[in-house]
Amino acid sequence: MKTSYVAAVLAIAGKDLRVELRSRELLSLMLIFALLSILVFSFALELDRVAREEAVSGVLWVTLIFASLLGLNRSLAQEYDQGNLDALLLAPLSRTAIFIGKFAGNALFTGLVALLLLPLMTALYGKNMLDPRLVLTTLVGIAGFCALGTLMATLTVKTRAREALLPVAMMPLALPFLLTAVRATKGILTNATEWQAWFQLLAGVALIYLVLCLLLFRFVVEE
Amino acid sequence: MIDERAIIEVERLSKVFGLLPALQNLDFTVARGEFVLLLGANGSGKSTLLRLLSGLSKPTAGAIRIGGWEMPREAMAIRPHIGLVAHRPLLYENLTARENLSFFGKLYGIEANECDARSQALLQQVGLSRRADSLARAFSRGMKQRLSIARALLHQPDILLLDEPYSGLDQAAAEALDGALATARREARTIILSTHQLQRLPQNAQRALILSRGKVAYDGVARAGEMTAIYQAASA
Repeated sequence: MKTSYVAAVLAIAGKDLRVELRSRELLSLMLIFALLSILVFSFALELDRVAREEAVSGVLWVTLIFASLLGLNRSLAQEYDQGNLDALLLAPLSRTAIFIGKFAGNALFTGLVALLLLPLMTALYGKNMLDPRLVLTTLVGIAGFCALGTLMATLTVKTRAREALLPVAMMPLALPFLLTAVRATKGILTNATEWQAWFQLLAGVALIYLVLCLLLFRFVVEE
Repeated sequence: MIDERAIIEVERLSKVFGLLPALQNLDFTVARGEFVLLLGANGSGKSTLLRLLSGLSKPTAGAIRIGGWEMPREAMAIRPHIGLVAHRPLLYENLTARENLSFFGKLYGIEANECDARSQALLQQVGLSRRADSLARAFSRGMKQRLSIARALLHQPDILLLDEPYSGLDQAAAEALDGALATARREARTIILSTHQLQRLPQNAQRALILSRGKVAYDGVARAGEMTAIYQAASA
């Protein structure tokens, strides 16, 4: 019996997808939160068209980050509360395969929320949010954020105040994403050439975080 | 199959949580195919010992060798040989019984057809074949425990570790567990079963290991009918 790395990653991500398709707990919660957030922002900024256009990139990323936090918490709680994290750790798998599998599921759900959010924001904010460059920036930002989120949620899920602790512990570490992603998004929406530099920085930060989280995951899950 | 006579060797094993010593200087070996009862009051260190043996926790000091491999350094080689039935069922509530077994089969690298056949046989053995396509969340505590036993046996481990498997079980579930243990014995699997319920001890255990405050208080033959007296003397 030998478990291939790819088969293990696909099994874990596939299991998360199957569980979610059946329960619809995670995606529905993330979607409702994201929709309410952009509606609230839209109404709050309705009277000031310039402010609304200025704020759109920030609204997108704040909404995505908080929607993602909701999903991350529940995704890891599902593993921890029934002891399933132990079951994963008992299997003859590399710890990085467990991390990549969980990360893939989390990034997929947040990516789906983003892909539904972008056309809606195009309609509400009068900006072309479906620009392929913006879609790419969004997906890269989500990948980096979910890598960090998977690690941090694994760390905080064992605590009693995990719902409150995850955002508090994670937001300072997520600032490099928020800053670079908002700048890159704003650059794309205003057709400024500097978006490329911000996008490259975002991709670099995402890659560094992904590698670091991959290396640190073992120390977070093992007693 | 691991074929060394002493399949588990524990030397001067200690585990400390903060300042609290959970296990202190344990020394024992378990022979291949042996059925060991691990007895002790709540907090005596039974669960900690099983977590150490399964590789879920690392020792503070001492050594654990399983089949000649050292834990936790060579844990990857040991993991396919260990099955654990823990306090919690280690199952996904939103997957069916069959899907749970199929998922864990993939994690252990069991080929799909082989996994289906084993799942079918194990579900039959634990009396859940009629509920194979029901979600685990619809199961009672006893049914979850039976499915948990099927999960632990799916990859045909040489060593089966059971942590308080009888707690919360009704009569039917306890009998299904007895049946699964008898089958595991016939298949020459090494079994370590922890419990604090002296009124519900499996009859075919060969040896008892009693823990008291993190130390071995008794290590000897599990004599049916005398275990309560032995336990009380050892725990005093």
